Amino acid sequence: MALHSAIKGKLVSVIGDEDTCVGFLLGGVGEINKNRHPNFMVVDKNTSVSEIEECFKRFVRRDDIDIILINQNVAEMIRHCIDSHMQPIPSVLEIPSKDHPYDPTKDSILRRARGMFNPDDFK
Amino acid sequence: MSGKDRLPVFPSRGAQTLMKARLKGAQKGHSLLKRKADALQMRFRLILGKIIETKTLMGEVMKEAAFSLAEAKFATGDFNQVVLQNVTKAQIKIRTKRDNVAGVTLPVFESYQDGTDTYELAGLARGGQQLAKLKKNYQSAVKLLVELASLQTSFVTLDEVIKITNRRVNAIEHVIIPRIEKTLAYIISELDELEREEFYRLKKIQDKKRIARQKAELKAEKMKLLALENSVDVDAPSMLDEGDEDLLF
Repeated sequence: MALHSAIKGKLVSVIGDEDTCVGFLLGGVGEINKNRHPNFMVVDKNTSVSEIEECFKRFVRRDDIDIILINQNVAEMIRHCIDSHMQPIPSVLEIPSKDHPYDPTKDSILRRARGMFNPDDFK
Repeated sequence: MSGKDRLPVFPSRGAQTLMKARLKGAQKGHSLLKRKADALQMRFRLILGKIIETKTLMGEVMKEAAFSLAEAKFATGDFNQVVLQNVTKAQIKIRTKRDNVAGVTLPVFESYQDGTDTYELAGLARGGQQLAKLKKNYQSAVKLLVELASLQTSFVTLDEVIKITNRRVNAIEHVIIPRIEKTLAYIISELDELEREEFYRLKKIQDKKRIARQKAELKAEKMKLLALENSVDVDAPSMLDEGDEDLLF
């Protein structure tokens, strides 16, 4: 397993609004595999929570994805899913979106570390 | 509690040495685990500090990236759908390496370029410069995020391991060592008890022997007196009665 993962490069997947996805795709993280499954998901105002949840779970299950980038406002919608994701790989990273500023107090990881640092350090 | 909370052993010298060895082992293990916990804790704090630093940096990098996206859109027009539809192969991929901290393997992610740029021709007509800048910005954002992801993964893994180690340290300190100590105390008390019993038994035997001897002496005295009175040498010992071993017949 270790040897295998060392040889084969893993992917970064993105769940977020259109602009975030486009940006990262231009950065070169996008891939569509043989079954035509993309490693990104565009969330707009018509996307239902269950769809996002489904997609997040699918990304977690895929073994070629190591990092999941997710917009914080989207993460907020499926917070229970992210909180219940305990394994170190794939690691879920909350990123700020264009129209929602980053709020460190909502981050799943940083909430676990609460009490160890001062949230004002971010400001 | 004192009666129940000990190991089920037979109180003997062998069990005592065994328990002593176990106590020593438990204490050694406790100190080692404590040191491991300290080392992990140190690393944990270091990573936490780095995460906070990187998260702050991330906010700025993302802001800049988003801004350059807006710039590119202004120069090129809307290209969202073109980009979303033309995805083929990932250019940036992640390699996993393993780092070892006090026996805990932490995954470390590393991004690398693989293959050619899919959007080489995007912005060929106009806005090429803005697009190039946009790509560069997002690539650096990805790099930063990958770094952050490996920090975060280490953070989660370490958090888990520290919890387990602390639980073990506390278990040894508050359950295992007291239990062994109680067992030892029990064995010692039982052994003392046995020793007292043995001592008493020996004394008793000595007592009995003494009484028997006194009785025999008294009897012999009486016989002598009797013989003197009768002035008959009744009790003159026969040579044959002595049971000389060298005497054959």
